[in-house]
Amino acid sequence: MLGKLTIDALPFYSGIAMGGALIVVFAVLGVVALVTWLGQWRYLWTEWLTSLDHKRIGVMYVTLALLMLVRGFIDALMMRTQQAVALNSDGYLPPGHFDQIFTSHATIMVFFVAIPFLVGLFNVVVPQQIGARRLAFPFMNSACLWLTAAGAALVMISLVIGKFSTAGWNAYPPYSEAQFNPDVGVDYWIWAVLLSAIGSMLTGINFLVTIVKRRAPGMRLMMMPLFTWATLCTNILMVFAFPSLIVAAALLGLDRYLGMHFFTDGDGGNVMNYVSLFWIWGHPDVYILILPAFGVYSEVVATFSGRRIFGYESLVYSTAAITVLSLVVWLHHFLTMGAGSDVNAFFGRAAPLIAVPTAVTIFGWLFTMYRGRVQFTVPMLFTLGFIVTFVIGGMTGALLAVVPVDIHDTTFLVAHFHNLLIPGALFGYFAGYQYWFPKAFGFRLEEKWGRRAFWAWIVGFCLAFIPLYILGFMGMPQRLNRYYDPGWQPYLIVAECGALFILCGIIFLAVQLAASIRNRAALAVPTGDPWDGRTLEWATASPPAAYNFAVVPHVHGIDPWWAMKQAGATAPRPARFHDIIMPDNSSAGVVLGAMSFVFAFAMIWQIWWLAAVGALGIFAAVLSQTFRDHAEHRIPASEVEAIESRRILAPALVSGAPT
Amino acid sequence: MTDTVITAGHDETAAEAAERAIDEKTYGFWIYLMSDAIIFALLFATFVVMSHNTASGPDSHTLFRLPYTFAETILLLASSTTLGCSNAAIAAGQRGRTLTWLGVTSLLGLGFVTMEISEFYGMAVAGAGPSRNGFLSAFFTLVGTHGIHLSIGLIWIVLLGCEVTLRGLNPFVVSRLYRLGLFWHFLVIVWIGIFSVVYLPEIL
Repeated sequence: MLGKLTIDALPFYSGIAMGGALIVVFAVLGVVALVTWLGQWRYLWTEWLTSLDHKRIGVMYVTLALLMLVRGFIDALMMRTQQAVALNSDGYLPPGHFDQIFTSHATIMVFFVAIPFLVGLFNVVVPQQIGARRLAFPFMNSACLWLTAAGAALVMISLVIGKFSTAGWNAYPPYSEAQFNPDVGVDYWIWAVLLSAIGSMLTGINFLVTIVKRRAPGMRLMMMPLFTWATLCTNILMVFAFPSLIVAAALLGLDRYLGMHFFTDGDGGNVMNYVSLFWIWGHPDVYILILPAFGVYSEVVATFSGRRIFGYESLVYSTAAITVLSLVVWLHHFLTMGAGSDVNAFFGRAAPLIAVPTAVTIFGWLFTMYRGRVQFTVPMLFTLGFIVTFVIGGMTGALLAVVPVDIHDTTFLVAHFHNLLIPGALFGYFAGYQYWFPKAFGFRLEEKWGRRAFWAWIVGFCLAFIPLYILGFMGMPQRLNRYYDPGWQPYLIVAECGALFILCGIIFLAVQLAASIRNRAALAVPTGDPWDGRTLEWATASPPAAYNFAVVPHVHGIDPWWAMKQAGATAPRPARFHDIIMPDNSSAGVVLGAMSFVFAFAMIWQIWWLAAVGALGIFAAVLSQTFRDHAEHRIPASEVEAIESRRILAPALVSGAPT
Repeated sequence: MTDTVITAGHDETAAEAAERAIDEKTYGFWIYLMSDAIIFALLFATFVVMSHNTASGPDSHTLFRLPYTFAETILLLASSTTLGCSNAAIAAGQRGRTLTWLGVTSLLGLGFVTMEISEFYGMAVAGAGPSRNGFLSAFFTLVGTHGIHLSIGLIWIVLLGCEVTLRGLNPFVVSRLYRLGLFWHFLVIVWIGIFSVVYLPEIL
């Protein structure tokens, strides 16, 4: 009846695990109680959860990312604390629990922080940057959000029911096979990753079609803003790379569920094939995470330097070159596999080539700032912090590529990829969050706490990871839950302090949000263009009307909004307004996500009848949308005019544009 | 004042919006097929890597019967042709003939899936199931993934047949039939790959 699910799945075996479970349960109950007390269920359901408005979906994606960031960071803090105290002792975490934590930390950060954060930014920004009113497939967008949320919910519920995987975020076989890991942990990993991967692949298709087909008239590819270019390249990678992760995870699942022999030890299994399939996705994924951040940096640098981006075309070609190269370097994650010297030579040469377009991009930003009038706003601080620290990350990457230097699988590697992913990706998302927050909500984020958050993050980052570089040279392996070398402990204590600084950074970001909401009247941006922006998203109101543009603008070059302002244009007010057709809300996305969660949960615990219910639910949700051709409503011209009139009554549009 | 930058052109009509929606769906479907092609490519690669990993179990020489697989291939190629006939009927606006050809296509597809299930069943009871060795895992997964795709295509044909009956050949329905055609012909091409890579080399 309940498959493998018994009362033993509840965490009565450990006080710490029980504490985590209770926090999750009480947090969920608290949110439910709060919404009920405020009487906001109807508002939440009709205005947000079922919305097909890309801006709202984007906000929900970023909210999901920030919530999961807290969870992933608590994992990180627990690991740092364990390593700080576990000299000649077990510390406070048993080994199995420690393994779960490093697995869930990485799984969460990659699939449920970075991906939702960047897809959220795409959603809020890209349609407006290209002068579109909606995405090509609004329902699919909602479905992808809820698929991702369902995957995140699986990871969260694994805290309460059962245990998460102990096999690392990449779930290498044979350890992740049923023979060595008979519990449900790896199954939680497989299903969470599959839901997220399917959502990401479909999101890739959606944005690819939107950018190719829905650009404003006149906007040629070489006129697209760099963030849109980064989005286009990222989504190409999502469409091409995520199938490989789906295949890797699905074949591992077939091994575990049906006793097949893809990656087993013996019976004709081939362990290295998993590693190859995983990294065919894994390496492009590094760029899926980093390219959107590059796109944000390009926008932020141009806006806050008050000048056109330096070398627009070379930045576009660099982004495209990174996209192509990222697909042909995955083997450098395992050059010791024994693929033969020809294969290794190809991959060994292709990998460092990526440094060339990356360097071009960084010089593009530097030359934009050179002779610009740089304003040190919070997004700009994150950008500058990134440029400085990313150089260290690039250098250490070169060291890792030196084959005879045996620092692989040490904490040096841990420090290296955090060096790429914290400044290279997360700082970019934070910059984008600070930069486009007024776009989404109509008021700016408060500067003071933003600056404090930045300094806490960057100091914390350096303190947390530079010691790990040193420890790597000293030979400390990664993923160690106890050690016997007293020489390591001082560095691990410094790293712990770094984690505490990052904790402050997260708290400061929360304080900033709360303080900004309280002072929203003072921070309001009635003009809709707080930063004197250059690209089209600042031509709409902030927050934008559901349809973004009452009149779709014609574009004649890069930085079209800047050109309009230079030409003395205020808001584009046409002689007469037209009806606008917009997609209806749909509850099918939420149902699809919920049913995917039920299906995956039932598959994990092998409750077959419930899996059948979930599968039928998924089928019904998809079917309900497949044959709907007129799921749209018409906003009458009079209503559009009323909305636009309110906006045009706002104070002068161009606020002290510097020359 | 703003004419150089912004022109207040007319807004798109409902008909234009519909045409655009169809165009975008077709383009998106092509991209989806590309990602699906990657899934198949990886399963092909996995099969090739594992095709000799028989672990002393049965191998392709003892398992595959060329005449049987050839009959499957003929069924599938014929279904591709009959689906083409339905396209001609759609172009001529003949609802009845469209339904007839869709029916014939689904019967041929059903015949193929039945033969495949029968082949799988025969292998499984003969002790050559997917858990026997790595080669058979890769074989069942590659060919089975194709079979599942084709079964989804069959459900899709039935659903679209119902829609044609109820709604007639309106532009949305026709565009769905077009995408169904893309999907079906894509699967036939994948099968040609399976026939050439999986069955043929071991028998020749």
